[in-house]
Amino acid sequence: MPTTQPAMIELAAVSKWYTPQFQVLKDCTTSVSKGEVVVVCGPSGSGKSTLIKCVNALEPFQAGTIRVDGVNLSDPGTNLPKLRSRIGMVFQHFELFPHLRITENLCLAQEKVLGRSRDEAMTKGMALLERVGLKDHALKYPGQLSGGQQQRVAIARALAMDPIAMLFDEPTSALDPEMITEVLDVMVELAREGMTMMVVTHEMGFARKVAHRVIFMDHGEIIEDRAKDEFFSSPRSDRAQLFLSKILSH
Amino acid sequence: MPQFDFDIILKTLPYLLRDGMSFTLTLTALAALGGLVLGTLLALMRLSTVPGLATFATAYVNLMRSLPLVLVIFWFYFLVPYIGQVILRTERPVEVGAFASALITFTMFEAAYFSEIMRAGIQSIPKGQLSAGYALGLTYRQVMGYIVVPQALRNMLPVILTQTIVLFQDTSLVYVISITDFLGAASKVAQRDGRLIEMYLFAALVYFLISFMASLLVKRLQARTAIIR
Repeated sequence: MPTTQPAMIELAAVSKWYTPQFQVLKDCTTSVSKGEVVVVCGPSGSGKSTLIKCVNALEPFQAGTIRVDGVNLSDPGTNLPKLRSRIGMVFQHFELFPHLRITENLCLAQEKVLGRSRDEAMTKGMALLERVGLKDHALKYPGQLSGGQQQRVAIARALAMDPIAMLFDEPTSALDPEMITEVLDVMVELAREGMTMMVVTHEMGFARKVAHRVIFMDHGEIIEDRAKDEFFSSPRSDRAQLFLSKILSH
Repeated sequence: MPQFDFDIILKTLPYLLRDGMSFTLTLTALAALGGLVLGTLLALMRLSTVPGLATFATAYVNLMRSLPLVLVIFWFYFLVPYIGQVILRTERPVEVGAFASALITFTMFEAAYFSEIMRAGIQSIPKGQLSAGYALGLTYRQVMGYIVVPQALRNMLPVILTQTIVLFQDTSLVYVISITDFLGAASKVAQRDGRLIEMYLFAALVYFLISFMASLLVKRLQARTAIIR
């Protein structure tokens, strides 16, 4: 496990309140090293999605610090768009742009953010589309693809920006069972290539296969943050044991 | 039985179309385009978090929507020369001309209505679309310009076109500043030759046919432009 690598994503005592009474994140501290795959799991409403959205500042937080590749998100001098362009993100509901063709979905940010030429962006986009097995669908609109296909395009769109890390926010939760595998396959391959990944998911099979570490959250707190094998073989907390027994019972 | 003379319509048709209808259509098209651009900007201002912008846009929209159009046309016609004088620091009121004055008025008036349409369109775009744009590193402007506004325009196109049909009818109000639009031209002929019934009947028929056919087209378009989701 590459723990000797410098931390790519560092969270220190991150707290977030929706209202003064309602705290969604409580003192969350963890880190993701370069090349590490970290799975975040926990019951719904535990704050896992909120936490991962804080990592690229899509959600504001009120206390604590987050550093990505050494850059402090809360620093007023931080260029957030630039920082976000270096972190790929995949959403639960894909969020492809429905008015643009697949190719345009892949090229838009490459051209407008990275300043690549149309040709360059197309070459990169088509290569990634081929990689996720959807080259034949290049000229379609997102609505013409199945959920699994859309999510694979969304992964390709994020990868087209040459990200230093990838964030996945429940990438398979909105998919029909038979489409989950095709998306997980792409993610497993990505993990094996050494991509730094932070993945919010309930797919424990994926966690067992490629995760280095598993973070378990409940009520906005990080309850466990341990190496994968330790987490699955001997979870310390009762809550994690309960969660695992429920999720793995079938 | 009164004597009607419908030949008058055929005889004056070239004048009605060349002088009248061309003005009406030009004013409708330019004011709709200008109103849409200005209205979209107003909608973005109204949704912006920058202090002052939203207040200004809201005040503007409420003001325009609370005044009768005829009054606004009048006021602009008389006021714009003086406003020009103040801005350009000229000695005399700036001559604007009836067409420019009408165009400015309709653009600004329609902008208020288009801004409400665009605001609804922009707010109907799911928040996840914005998140996806930001996550790719796009700035606020780029997210609005490439992702939100194009989708809002598409979704709202039927409503925008329907509002344009209303505008097409409203342009006939330019008679208050003595501009000859289609209705004005028909009216002139009617007064000159004493053929009021024939000419106003014909004008009504033309407005009805154009507006009705346009709304049928909008309905067909609505089915075709819907974004596949």
